[in-house]
Amino acid sequence: MSAPLTSLDRPNSYIGRSVPRPNAKRLLAGRGRYISDLKLPRMLHAAFLRSPHAHAKIASIKADAARAYEGVHLVATGADLAKICTPWTGTLDHFKGMNSAPQWPLPLDRVVWAGQAVVAVVAESRAIAEDALELIDVDYEDLPVVVDIDGAREAGGALVNPGSANNICFRSQLDNGAVDDAFAHAAHVVEEEFSFGRHTAVTLEPRAIVADYDPAAGMLTVHHGTQTPYQFQDLYSRHYNIPEARVRVIATDIGGSFGMKLHVYHEDMAVVGLSILLGRPVKYVADRMESFVSDIHARDHRVRARMALDAKGEILAMDVEDLTAIGAFSTYPRTSVVEGNQVIRLIGAPYRFKNYRATLEVIFQHKVQTSQYRAVGHPIACAVTERLVDMAASKVGLDPFAIRAQNVIPDDAYPQTSPTGYRFEALSHQACLKRLHEIMDYDALRAEQVDLRKRGSYRGIGIATFVEITNPSPAFYGVGGARISSQDGAILSLTPSGEVRCLISVTEQGQGTEAIISQIVADQLGLAQEHVKVVTGDTEVTPHGGATWACRGAGIGGETALQATRALKRNILEIAALILQQQPSALDIVDGEVVDAATRKPRLPIAEIARIAYFRSDTLPPGTQAQLTVSHHFAPQGYPFAFTNGIQGCALEVDVETGLIKLLKHFIVEDCGRVINPMLVEEQLRGGIVQGLGAALFEECRYGDTGQLMNGSLADYLVPMPMEMPDIVIAHVETPTADTVLGAKGVGEAGTAAASACVLNAVNDALMPFDATINSIPITPAKVLKALKRF
Amino acid sequence: MDLEETAVKARAFSYFRAARIDQALDAHARAGDEARFIAGGQSLVPALSLRLQAPRLLIDITHIDELRGIRRDGGYLRIGALTRHCEMLSEPLIAEFAPLLHAAAPFVAHPAIRNRGTLGGSVALADPASEFPAMTLALDAEIEIVGPSGRRRVKADDFFIDLFETALQPGELITAIYVPLFKADQRFAFDELARRRGDYALVGCGMLATFTGERIDDIRISFFSVGNTPIRVKGAEATLIGSSLDAERIAAAQGALEGDLAPPESDEVPPAMRLHLARVLLGRLLGRLGEGA
Ligand SMILES: Cc1cc2nc3c(=O)[nH]c(=O)nc-3n(C[C@H](O)[C@H](O)[C@H](O)COP(=O)(O)OP(=O)(O)OC[C@H]3O[C@@H](n4cnc5c(N)ncnc54)[C@H](O)[C@@H]3O)c2cc1C
Repeated sequence: MSAPLTSLDRPNSYIGRSVPRPNAKRLLAGRGRYISDLKLPRMLHAAFLRSPHAHAKIASIKADAARAYEGVHLVATGADLAKICTPWTGTLDHFKGMNSAPQWPLPLDRVVWAGQAVVAVVAESRAIAEDALELIDVDYEDLPVVVDIDGAREAGGALVNPGSANNICFRSQLDNGAVDDAFAHAAHVVEEEFSFGRHTAVTLEPRAIVADYDPAAGMLTVHHGTQTPYQFQDLYSRHYNIPEARVRVIATDIGGSFGMKLHVYHEDMAVVGLSILLGRPVKYVADRMESFVSDIHARDHRVRARMALDAKGEILAMDVEDLTAIGAFSTYPRTSVVEGNQVIRLIGAPYRFKNYRATLEVIFQHKVQTSQYRAVGHPIACAVTERLVDMAASKVGLDPFAIRAQNVIPDDAYPQTSPTGYRFEALSHQACLKRLHEIMDYDALRAEQVDLRKRGSYRGIGIATFVEITNPSPAFYGVGGARISSQDGAILSLTPSGEVRCLISVTEQGQGTEAIISQIVADQLGLAQEHVKVVTGDTEVTPHGGATWACRGAGIGGETALQATRALKRNILEIAALILQQQPSALDIVDGEVVDAATRKPRLPIAEIARIAYFRSDTLPPGTQAQLTVSHHFAPQGYPFAFTNGIQGCALEVDVETGLIKLLKHFIVEDCGRVINPMLVEEQLRGGIVQGLGAALFEECRYGDTGQLMNGSLADYLVPMPMEMPDIVIAHVETPTADTVLGAKGVGEAGTAAASACVLNAVNDALMPFDATINSIPITPAKVLKALKRF
Repeated sequence: MDLEETAVKARAFSYFRAARIDQALDAHARAGDEARFIAGGQSLVPALSLRLQAPRLLIDITHIDELRGIRRDGGYLRIGALTRHCEMLSEPLIAEFAPLLHAAAPFVAHPAIRNRGTLGGSVALADPASEFPAMTLALDAEIEIVGPSGRRRVKADDFFIDLFETALQPGELITAIYVPLFKADQRFAFDELARRRGDYALVGCGMLATFTGERIDDIRISFFSVGNTPIRVKGAEATLIGSSLDAERIAAAQGALEGDLAPPESDEVPPAMRLHLARVLLGRLLGRLGEGA
């Protein structure tokens, strides 16, 4: 553990402490303000008719009966909305050569995936709108469907967008060092082809939006369940040509997002247009079936990779080819190529070798879009790397811990650059490996495994090291031309009663953003946490910022709050110094009292300073203007990303007759830099691990030959449930970043990054006696039984 | 999934709460095809919300006293149609006289669903992946039916006809399930293979056997999630009757399954895999039965 930022035993030392989230009680008591529950006066409801075809021409739309249905206010098609909304294209400049077709809220003449919204009905109630949908008759003419990766790449095969040269969205390549040479001289080469199924976020609360256009004021207010209200303020303003200052986006409580609610959805854009056309509030909440066919999906990669090693097990080189299929469009505004890009850049990241080559090909197909979802690219990069490392270990005759200990970048060798070009400030692989070995009681697990095998029960033990990308700078989106901020802003006020209000641009989706911000403010000012009120998620109130994605809330938002608080504290002490006729440097604040810095003797409550400044400024020396509201913005500088690292381990049992896998225990040692609130960090890790375990064993969007999603309901799409989840043991290593005072990095994706890789390794470990291997995620009973040739 | 039917709100319908059986039957007779009985609603309400069904009239049968209650009736346990899944777990009479139902109940969905779902609804729906319909077969139970043309009892063996198709005629009600009382010389076993607890099983099986010492005099083995209906595996049963449960017998019974079962194509569980799982499950359950399960 690093030294704490402030001494943990003084009053108001909240940084590093497990304090409960102030909003937990409100949410538990059913007092959440979710957009799904929002009712506005004169509000109407939208429902969408969806395409049953994966690819078809829209020959005609007959909607007269729906228009005439009692309670229906508007039936709108793509053409109607295209009159008021400009199209968008999901490309970014720094992804050279990428392309994607323009998108409108509803399609103009062609549908490109099964489930795409085609016609909108707005009515007095959702039920009436759904009644009216049944009266609409759309005449489709089937077009050839592109479903799987191979079909999409076939020369002369069907095209996702007729008229284009091929189905390729983007290609990228990395080539560092002397890869061919390394393979030519390697003592050992391991190689495998991996596949990763599509899955999706399945948030508790589906996507929800209420758009409320007031034609009299020319003002658009959108209540939007999103992580990024500022991004949507900008997009609604530009695509509907409304001045930015007249667009307000409010994101109150959100029932989960995981990256899924970062993206522009056709229905959401349409709802804004419908409200503009009607001059009334319009609400749309995706139902679960709609979520499955319209929320972004993620993953869907096929990776061929090989690794070269010397005779002693030193990794010399990797050579990787990633193919990924992203649906019919690249998502806006963050694109659908970031995942592939991160896959090829994160592979091999924990290790020392320097020779690396990778190609990425991103392909269109007739399915719903894929895009950024928790741990973008990480689980794929981690599974590919870590499985090859395990294969290499068994080839060379090393234990999985030993081969990793031999190859990770040593903790004292930083700064370092990864073989793929990422710059690492300071990571702690060696410390994490050592700690994991202890908390797993690894040798005992191995002994037990040997014992049980003799009795016909097959335990597997797996470990996986990882590197996580956090605290992104403008290098992530800004340089590509996206109006997505990487800085954050905070406005802090001392209230007349001596409390603090903090308006900050990072947002809260249940992860405890507001809790850690209030901890930082209270800690840095010297105030009880309950006297800090944090306000988030309203573009009319909170300053512009990046909000919450890519693990940036604590690292960037937290630093913003820290610096803003220090500025406010300086201002408070300046006034206190005038009143007390002291130097500001001789004073401090503890528990809401200005104290003598040396003796800690209380001098004056800050409430008294506020009272004087706000109501009796006449008693202050002439010329004094108390500044008890400060605003502060912070943009990350220094390293383009604050990388974090860690290692996970797991123990499981494979039933070799049924192919069912029982997870026994999961372990993680994680280094997210400064831990602000251990309880919240552990919540993030546990939740992330469970999501990763879902990917490992259960979650997959399965498609049929004609591009229909086969399992688009919660009866058929399996999410991880408590009965199948193991206990999770957590330990921390702390390596704060020196780029900020706070030193915090991100932690939201670490659990998801390596959990599936860990399980993959453990399953293969369990199957060792059978000469059967698994290289595909999710690991279903069918795959296990196939590998074991049981049917 | 049919995307033309993605809806979340049911179409409008009328609602009638029946207090007596004759009221329910009359209401149904008047509305004909346009009516549905509703019991626990755990299958019907989702179907309404998805607009897979859109009846004009729902007839609520949950207030009909005659459909309730569990009692001994001669050599049978009479289990009222409205008996909820959770009661299969909590009622001592079930545990004592129909322990196979008691053993199957924890595998049926989750507590919230078990609190409302009814035995009558489950048997009437006859989902081939459901536990209880299959157990009525293993138990040699009888289904009591009342309709416009009177009252009758149908053996479970004759009740399940095809996918969601049973001997129940439109407008008829299940009033009770009659289960022969569990006897001292009987043993039972139940288990299912599912990826997550509470899900419909990949394969499930329950069995009831009568022993003399270690010799099987009679055995009924019923599988679910293996075809269009719950299925008794008579070939496997035949290999076991008259013998005791040694490894060889068990293997023979497993071998017979190939003739008893013809699992349908499915995108996730190929027929050969389902057959394999059925063999594994049968082997494990017979093993337990041999140990006195
Ligand atoms: C998430 C979920 C998971 C589930 N998992 C399982 C599972 O693992 N295993 C399982 O077996 N079931 C499962 N079920 C289904 C559940 O057990 C249902 O309760 C049961 O199938 C139907 O009983 P019900 O009383 O709810 O019937 P309803 O939904 O009220 O009715 C179902 C049908 O039966 C008819 N009906 C009902 N009662 C009678 C009667 N007395 N006479 C004639 N017709 C009648 C109705 O008209 C309707 O057509 C699940 C349900 C859900 C929602």
